[in-house]
Amino acid sequence: MIEQKTNSSRPAVDEDSSDPRTPAEVREATTPPPVNTYKPAPRTMVRAVIKHIVMVAAALVMIYPLLWMVVSSLRPTDVIFREPGLFLTTFEWSNYEQGWNALSHPFSHFLLNSAIVVLGCILGNLISCSLAAYAFARLDFRFKKIMFGLMLMTIMLPIHVIIVPQYIMFSQIGWVNTFLPIIIPKLLATDAFFIFLMVQFIRGIPKDMDEAARIDGAGHARIFFQIILPLMVPALATTAIFTFIWTWSDFFTSLIYLTDPEMYTVPVALRAFIDATGESNWGALFAMSIVTLLPVFLAFLIGQKFLVKGIATTGIK
Amino acid sequence: MSVVAEMQNLSKVKGGKRQYTDNKAGHIFLLPWTIGLFAITLGPMAMSLYLSFTDYNLLQAPNWIGTDNFVRMFQDERLLNSLQVTFTYVLVGVPLQLIVALFIALLLDRGMRGLAFYRSVFYLPSMLGSSVAIAVLWKQLFGTTGLVNQFLAMFGIEGMGWISNPDTALSTLILLNVWTFGSPMVIFLAGLRQIPAMYYEAASIDGATRVRKFISITLPLLSPIIFFNLVLQIIGAFQNFTQAFIVSNGTGGPADSTMFFTLYLYQQGFKGFDMGYASSMAWLLVLIVGAFTAVNFLASKYWVFYDD
Repeated sequence: MIEQKTNSSRPAVDEDSSDPRTPAEVREATTPPPVNTYKPAPRTMVRAVIKHIVMVAAALVMIYPLLWMVVSSLRPTDVIFREPGLFLTTFEWSNYEQGWNALSHPFSHFLLNSAIVVLGCILGNLISCSLAAYAFARLDFRFKKIMFGLMLMTIMLPIHVIIVPQYIMFSQIGWVNTFLPIIIPKLLATDAFFIFLMVQFIRGIPKDMDEAARIDGAGHARIFFQIILPLMVPALATTAIFTFIWTWSDFFTSLIYLTDPEMYTVPVALRAFIDATGESNWGALFAMSIVTLLPVFLAFLIGQKFLVKGIATTGIK
Repeated sequence: MSVVAEMQNLSKVKGGKRQYTDNKAGHIFLLPWTIGLFAITLGPMAMSLYLSFTDYNLLQAPNWIGTDNFVRMFQDERLLNSLQVTFTYVLVGVPLQLIVALFIALLLDRGMRGLAFYRSVFYLPSMLGSSVAIAVLWKQLFGTTGLVNQFLAMFGIEGMGWISNPDTALSTLILLNVWTFGSPMVIFLAGLRQIPAMYYEAASIDGATRVRKFISITLPLLSPIIFFNLVLQIIGAFQNFTQAFIVSNGTGGPADSTMFFTLYLYQQGFKGFDMGYASSMAWLLVLIVGAFTAVNFLASKYWVFYDD
């Protein structure tokens, strides 16, 4: 009985038929009506095609310089000056070798420096900003409104107004040519943008759970670590990826605090490379540029979802 | 709620005398931030305000020189020029970038096939755009033998050194800013998605044209997002530094045509060690950015439409 039932509910019709209906009738009765009968009218089709052509053209214009740079990093410098195409006849890997060893340290040294700085900044931002965000989003305390307002204002404050005294301060305690002037401020939640992002996120988490935990006698530390933090992983991921991309590319702070080639991060190393070769060796310069862009590109590929979500929720909502 | 909307709200809510339920915990959680606020932000701000009235040069103790630095700024032709360069960059570059961002976002909206792919392609440059490597690329693209001129040559047009020519150098940087339209575009896309489809349906039934729908539905409902992008992009553009630095080898050249205000500040403070003067410049920048933001907020009353 059951067997039969499943049989008849199948769209394909069996020959062996205890069913009195004709195959056509069965088909009609069992096949779901076509979901999508919508066929675009010719005009809409034309419009869609035009739209795609415009988009592809725009995308190509946007991305072509990047592709060309990748290809050119495998070309001898004289070819770079006369070949706008993307076709490669030979692979000039020596560009990468030359670039890698052009400065007093191999490029891996600068990559490592940048990795240390980036890691420190990510940890700093994750810890300090999530603590601050929890307080702003969930707790009720004195001066909250003023502090929140100040926090929002620091998002918009130009860094230049603090960089001079900050430099004087850090140089007096002997922090120039260390990574501390870059990392310590992050540990002190100075990247207010991320606090804001996390506040937004925590506000979206239903309060029921922390209230239940509170009734059960959990303190704020426990609620924060065991309830809020696990739930705000997407916001933490967004913060980590943005911090990675921005710190990796940050030139200004490194330029000011890291003057010893031993301590160079990737952006200042690349700049030193331009100074050293005087742009005579575009092939190698492009090669190292690609090397510095690659981690950002990978972070973008992996974290794109979080980036789009993060930027959208801080922007609107 | 965006940063901007949040700030508009702050002034509305009134607080009264009352008990705070989490006073201690709140301040403990905020301790790192509070230390940072005073040690990294407010303290240095106060210090730089003081320094802006001195002749501090890192070597000797600062001497109080009153408003000399501020008077000097308004007689410093290079500084006035750098202001002009920066204003041009902000006032041309930001609207251009936002118009492109909005245009592409409008095309991408409404369930276009391959949306995710296009969005990635347009978003990527804005993630890379602030790096030294992209500035290096730009220098090549618009150099005398650069990619742009190679393409022009294919059509028999003889190009020029776009970056070595004082008339066009700034335009290449404005173009670089437009190239990074991806992040405002993503915000526009998210905003467009919030507009209920029924508004458009109702308008269609009433026989509204596309242009009409754009003007009467999209623009007003998107205006808070446009405002948000405008405020943030303007603040960001005022602080631009890296690309001008790399493209001009730190000189702001040719003929000071890419001498951004921030670049001149860097030269004065960290090359010339004229920390007093650099501090007064920094405060001028804060005042300018603050004034722009304030004007933006005031003007927003007349064109930004809030639904709720």
